[in-house]
Amino acid sequence: MKYEDRIVTAFTGCSVLWAVLGMLAGVYVAAELVWPTIDFGLPGLSFGRLRTLHTTLVLFGFGVSGLIATAFYSVQRTSHVRLFAPGLAWFVFYAWQLTIVLGGVSVMAGWNAGKEYAELEWPFDLAIAVAWVSFGVVFFGTIARRRMEAIYISNWFYGALIIVVAMLHIVNSLAVPATIGKSYSLFAGSQDAIVQWWYGHNAVGFLLTGGFLGMLYYFLPKQAEQPIWSYRLSIVAFWAFVYTYIWAGPHHLHYHSIPEWVQSLGMVMSLILLAPSWATMVNGIMTVSAAAKKLRSDPALKFIVLSLAFYGLATFEGPMLAIKSVNVFSHFTEWTIGHVHSGALGWNALITFGTFYFLVPRLAGTQLYSARMANIHFWLALAGVLLYVLAMWGAGVSQGVLWLSLDELGEVRFSFNDVMAAMKPYYLLRFIGGLLFLAGAVLMAFNLMRTFAGRRTVEIAPPAVPAARGLK
Amino acid sequence: MNFLSLHKRLERHSGLLIFGILVVSSIGGLVQVLPIVLDDAHGAPSAGLAVYSPLELEGRDIYIRESCSTCHTQQVRPLLAEVKRYGPYSRTGEFAYDRPFLWGSKRTGPDLARVGGKYSDAWHHLHLLDPRAVVPASIMPAYPWLAQRDADHGRSIAARMRALQMLGHPYTNEDIAAAPVQLEGMTELDAVTAYLQSLGRSMHAEPQP
Repeated sequence: MKYEDRIVTAFTGCSVLWAVLGMLAGVYVAAELVWPTIDFGLPGLSFGRLRTLHTTLVLFGFGVSGLIATAFYSVQRTSHVRLFAPGLAWFVFYAWQLTIVLGGVSVMAGWNAGKEYAELEWPFDLAIAVAWVSFGVVFFGTIARRRMEAIYISNWFYGALIIVVAMLHIVNSLAVPATIGKSYSLFAGSQDAIVQWWYGHNAVGFLLTGGFLGMLYYFLPKQAEQPIWSYRLSIVAFWAFVYTYIWAGPHHLHYHSIPEWVQSLGMVMSLILLAPSWATMVNGIMTVSAAAKKLRSDPALKFIVLSLAFYGLATFEGPMLAIKSVNVFSHFTEWTIGHVHSGALGWNALITFGTFYFLVPRLAGTQLYSARMANIHFWLALAGVLLYVLAMWGAGVSQGVLWLSLDELGEVRFSFNDVMAAMKPYYLLRFIGGLLFLAGAVLMAFNLMRTFAGRRTVEIAPPAVPAARGLK
Repeated sequence: MNFLSLHKRLERHSGLLIFGILVVSSIGGLVQVLPIVLDDAHGAPSAGLAVYSPLELEGRDIYIRESCSTCHTQQVRPLLAEVKRYGPYSRTGEFAYDRPFLWGSKRTGPDLARVGGKYSDAWHHLHLLDPRAVVPASIMPAYPWLAQRDADHGRSIAARMRALQMLGHPYTNEDIAAAPVQLEGMTELDAVTAYLQSLGRSMHAEPQP
């Protein structure tokens, strides 16, 4: 019996492709904010549609493909069995990639459900639901047939990703279809807003945080060749995370027309969330500190450790932005964009890159094509994300302060247009930062392709360990 | 049985683990989201709120198609500077017919919750076709195709209104039957303009406290 790794390769390849295309779309919309006429009057290149394409490709193309690839890889190895129902797993692959391709085209053609990070229309929502539940069947099926007694911690996080995202997606997508490409949300107005940010915030929570923590808990110890520093801490952090995150959504709606108690509850729970978030960071840093020597020479580990630093930064910044008196300045500004990207680029993309540098040589049964190229990628990515985030902090704090500034006579001091015009240098810096980050991703795609081109046939079997007590 | 040995049962039974995650992750939603969704008071229209006319609805759906809410919010917060800049702060009852809500999360351009009646139709036409003709520093995209396309060129306005009627919007069957005729001869530009002019209308209709 061998591990089913071809599907891991397939998802990894698609993830890299979507990373490059999704970030290209991102860089292009960033350029449109500096040079607004470069859409050339074409609807498909128009800012609104292209930005939706950007978030769809990076979240569901790059992010989710990477999560499924690593979940399928690690669940087999932590369970010592071949993937359950490989045929169904391949169905998940084709259904998911087809949804991204056709969904991307539909967004450019103007199909849009109008909910942030859930813009795909109802036929795609159905396809996503079916593919996602199938993903869950393959994943939990593998766990149910495991030859290990305990379920390893990375699988709890992947499991929480599957269960909670299914719940969020299904509820938030409830709608009445009017035509094949248009539906109306079951919820309206304020109620819709509360449901949407319950979804939106926890897509961040369970996909971009929880899912990638699953990746961290498997690949960090593997790459550092160290066991997790504290198993007990990981248990406490996991349950605190699953319980607390769900409450934090309303901090996206501070001072909006929703009840005050919902806002305050969202704020308090967001502050509490700092504890489980940082507990996991401490666990990761302590694990890697035992392998500090390896950090100098190993590009994959460097990416993972840097991602941990950005994880710590973003999960500290998040609760701070959720405080109402801070949020009053940060809300609606570029600061939000900076915060999202310090998480999405600094944490999600970097840990995925590091994991791919670890994974692809193993899948190909060979060495990484160029460690030097991976090191250049590391510095491009670091420079890119720093430039991006610093530009957005500058822009966001300026907007927050200037918009709310009143003069001695109690009138607004700055016109909206003046503040908007002052954003141009920041937008240019952000574009350059994004371009650097994209250049690094292209370099990685080339490096991984060359690595895979030199592959040898590898099939890895589960280790022969004595059957554990109490085997299911 | 201490905490860790209790937990050993969870991590050895995948069914229990699934159940545990489902229960623990549901509590927040059940306490914080569900009561609002089930409370009709949070879905009730304010006194002055009218349902969108067919032309306004068409405009709103184009607004969604072009993802205008990526850059324009529709939510005036109850802050002095914001009320000064945009107008009366937003109330829950104004959004009862908004499916989905379009409050947005980012103000690259100004808030639009009170933009209705602030500019003429001609200004909106010019601005949508060539934003920099009216606001030189604007970074908004131009939407030249709006002028070239007929409103409701997909002939779906009746189907869309029926879906909304099903969701409780007060459209009569006569309203729906008359809708396609009302959109004849109109362009998408007219529709978007009509929608923008409707924003904040209910606040004008209501006596201010």
